[in-house]
Amino acid sequence: MSTVVLLTLTGLGLGALYFLVASGLSLIFGLMDVLNFAHGALLSVGAYGTWWAASGHLPGAGADGPGFVLAVAFGTAAGTLAAVLLELAVIRPLYERPREQVLATVGVGLALPALLSAIWGADARPFPGPAALTGTFGLLGAQVPVNRLVLIAAALAVLAVLKLFLGRTRHGLVVRAGVEDRAMVTALGIDVRKAFTLVFAIGGAAAALGGALGGLYFGSVDPGQGTSLLIFAFVVVVMGGMGSVGGAALASVAVGLVQQFANYYTTAGLGDLAVVVLLAALLLVRPSGLTGRLA
Amino acid sequence: MTTATPEQTEVGAPPAAPAADRLRRLTRWWPAAPLLVLLTAPWSSLPLPGLLDGPLGSPGSLQLIALCLLFGALATGYDLLLGRTGLLSFGHALYFATGTYATNTVMLQAGLPFLPSALLGLLGGVALAALLGSVSLRMSGIGFSMVTLAFAQAGSILVERDPGGFTGGEEGRAAPAEQLPAALVGIEHTANLYWIALAYLVLTLAVVHRVVHSRTGRVWEGIRENERRVEVLGLRPYGFKLVAFVLAGTLAALGGIVYLLLTGGATPQTTTSDFTLSLLVMVVLGGSGTRWGPLVGGVLYTWADHRLGDLAGSGAVAGLPAVLRVPLSQPLFLLGTLFVLVVYLLPGGVVRLPGRLRAARERSRRVTERSRRVTR
Repeated sequence: MSTVVLLTLTGLGLGALYFLVASGLSLIFGLMDVLNFAHGALLSVGAYGTWWAASGHLPGAGADGPGFVLAVAFGTAAGTLAAVLLELAVIRPLYERPREQVLATVGVGLALPALLSAIWGADARPFPGPAALTGTFGLLGAQVPVNRLVLIAAALAVLAVLKLFLGRTRHGLVVRAGVEDRAMVTALGIDVRKAFTLVFAIGGAAAALGGALGGLYFGSVDPGQGTSLLIFAFVVVVMGGMGSVGGAALASVAVGLVQQFANYYTTAGLGDLAVVVLLAALLLVRPSGLTGRLA
Repeated sequence: MTTATPEQTEVGAPPAAPAADRLRRLTRWWPAAPLLVLLTAPWSSLPLPGLLDGPLGSPGSLQLIALCLLFGALATGYDLLLGRTGLLSFGHALYFATGTYATNTVMLQAGLPFLPSALLGLLGGVALAALLGSVSLRMSGIGFSMVTLAFAQAGSILVERDPGGFTGGEEGRAAPAEQLPAALVGIEHTANLYWIALAYLVLTLAVVHRVVHSRTGRVWEGIRENERRVEVLGLRPYGFKLVAFVLAGTLAALGGIVYLLLTGGATPQTTTSDFTLSLLVMVVLGGSGTRWGPLVGGVLYTWADHRLGDLAGSGAVAGLPAVLRVPLSQPLFLLGTLFVLVVYLLPGGVVRLPGRLRAARERSRRVTERSRRVTR
């Protein structure tokens, strides 16, 4: 029983991490038809920003208490800024050329982690975290690390905020309409390009938050972390149906749980394998993903 | 939609002066000149400071040039999918790695000599490409890309996890030197490996050139431009796409075998999605859908990846301030940035650069002439 509880919570924590990356990825793809290969790099920017601030470079920020919150906020802001810059400088000049946009994000996805490892080295750096978040707590006989709960809470908060934003605000309405039919929204005289920058900012913020909290989950940061998470985020996005935030949430929970349970109960690594095989099988049976939308 | 081949233009053009005609027929054979230079490179001791570490014919330089040629050829094969048929596959590394790993594993586990093992490895690559291609081509667009990515990722995970000790996990596995032909082992035989890489390049270029100008190649071009129209014409795109996929996979598997010889082992880096992305970068950098573009891109990328790191450690860069020195020490940063710039400023890749420069010069000449006429 305790093993099942531990595996479930760890799987949910991993799923939360996937969701933080995949929600932005999904929105960006749904709205702009751009598969953002630089999204993993945005996560790395968030992780390194938080690490940099928390290891005492930013006045007021630190590894404990409110200082750590400030560090996470700083990392998230850095990731958001990077995402907005990416959209304005690289994606925007290439409108009407979706394939070139994807290629440009591939280039950025190569260059950014290389830059990070040029500055701070290619090796993993230990991630400082508050003592309250590094311990474990007992639940039904299982000793569960606290950071799983932090990740799950953050993902739930992001999901709730995204749902509110998409469902209750005017900008959210434009984004939803743009995902459905971009040409029609443009024809109605609404400048969709503002929404493009907006979804990039949201996606970048979510991914950077994922990076900041992923540092707690993994206990270290390294430049390649984001890129390796990106593949599973792609799996989540495709499974959930491109452009659907709810679908991404559902799929990330499924992927996280399948991975953890299969890795534990069969041989290690089979869980990762199971996930990608599951994706291939799902796509072949239901080409539109779980929630029925594929551009 | 059809491009005019040189033969067609010659038939259609008014009869030119015989001398000019002969000249044109001669200049069509210009690839023979660089090929001759490449063939004789192992005997040369020409130093190329900056470009290469030692003289041209030294083993280190030959190894690097052979790698450049190999990746140029690999990118050319990958472009059959990307530039010729318009299929964005993220799983090309899988077939390359199958060539490497299957050959190596058969040699190590079954104890067969190199040639039968290579044949089995190649057959394995072909079979895998046919099987997975027939499955993943049921999807189109981004779905196809994702399924190929998923399959390749599955392969990568398998290799990393090292089931039964066949693949060597993260370390990779060295090829058994005693089972390879003696002429292909050891640093003094680098020239032989170099020629094999060159032969692989020539073979790939010939096959791609031949196929692209065949009837199948014209259908590929049609699929790239407008798949629906090809269907309306009564052709099934699926079969043609599968032929492209299997052919590209076969060439990749063959390249994997050459890579096994060249580097003396199988490494898990060749199975990753990053490897496929680097192929994509090579193709686009050089110029997708052109005859020489992927080759140029592959050579450029491989050279930069191996040499920029050394250059960054040299005295010229070490004296720079940290703001410049730190990014310059990372070849991938430079390549990524260069790639973005090419996508941005040079759609069509590096090979289109001379033509663009010529056009720009022509335009500026015309503008100055016109302004001169106006001022007069």
